[in-house]
Amino acid sequence: MGILSASVSITRYAVEGDLKGQFIDTVLDGLKKNTISEIDQEALEMTAGWTSTNKPYFPDFDGSSFVVGPYFIFSLRMDSKKVPSKVIQKYVAMEITKKLNESGREYLSREEKKMIKDNITNMLYRRVPAVPDIYDIIWNYEARQVLFFSNRKVANETVETLFLKSFSLTLVRMFPYTSALFETGLSDSQKDVLTGLSPTGFLE
Amino acid sequence: MLDVSVSYNRYKFLGYEFLTWLWFMMETEQEALRNIQNDIVSIDVGNRLVLENRQTGAVETVTIKGDDAGLEEARLALKKGAMVSEINLFFRSGEQKWQFTLKGESFHLSSLKIPETGPIEKEEDWEGAVLERIFLYEKAITVVRAIYERFVKLRIVDEWVNLVIPRMEKWVSGSQG
Repeated sequence: MGILSASVSITRYAVEGDLKGQFIDTVLDGLKKNTISEIDQEALEMTAGWTSTNKPYFPDFDGSSFVVGPYFIFSLRMDSKKVPSKVIQKYVAMEITKKLNESGREYLSREEKKMIKDNITNMLYRRVPAVPDIYDIIWNYEARQVLFFSNRKVANETVETLFLKSFSLTLVRMFPYTSALFETGLSDSQKDVLTGLSPTGFLE
Repeated sequence: MLDVSVSYNRYKFLGYEFLTWLWFMMETEQEALRNIQNDIVSIDVGNRLVLENRQTGAVETVTIKGDDAGLEEARLALKKGAMVSEINLFFRSGEQKWQFTLKGESFHLSSLKIPETGPIEKEEDWEGAVLERIFLYEKAITVVRAIYERFVKLRIVDEWVNLVIPRMEKWVSGSQG
């Protein structure tokens, strides 16, 4: 789901910390070092990395293409593969039967069965193309705000981890308490009152 | 600042109270609500309202869906002590309209629809189109933030207990706004 979709979901973040040096170069460096890599030919189940918002399958951050007005715009891409466990079971059973027939033995050891399962799993994951999920990010650097175009828990957790790893900056999710603390201009004494609040009800 | 997961859980009641207060304000003090953001022409409940009652220990949920759905069941749930946990909002500014769902617990925005923007016909149109849409997304966020700021500043002063709660109690009971 992205910026140009007809209907979007948004998680808001505040950005804690400051970038070092020339901040555009620092962001570019973080994006390049953590760009998504293709796993179609790999035995990996999933991978995540940054990609270009307008060309998500051909990430390219050169020429400051991610800088749009006062915003940094890029996307999180999460590629994942799914091989149903019953498919793995079927191929493992076939391979075990083949081995037994070839060797004339009645049983395989636990270690041999594990090795067959690992090999089959790797073979199947290499064959399956990864399914990409793309989530756009709008980072207003001056305002220290990030709009992330998803509410999916796994996507939220991944963007928070990758953002910290890439830019050494912490994303703080805006929910009722953090929004009150960060976005309402409360004084220190008002923040103390806020922290001491307890629920009220509206029944007479 | 408190640990994020601790503060998320401890203060999620603020989100439920905010959305319940917002519904109260939309029904009884539209003008005051519009004055928070001067260019807002109207702000109303849209096509979804979810209430949760946690008074008995277990959570009871009432969901109202549909463009022309009546809110009688939601009002009944309020009378039993439920709070709004999710609300679909519809607001207009000038000729333009926005619609989205706001969750009380997480402040997640979902199903956000902004006013129509021009089509992208050439690659060079992309930046302009994106900036236009960002402006429109930020408009929705600015409105929510401004209303929440008003709520928080009311919630931490005596006026909340002395004036707002009695009026909301009457509104909930159906006697007046």
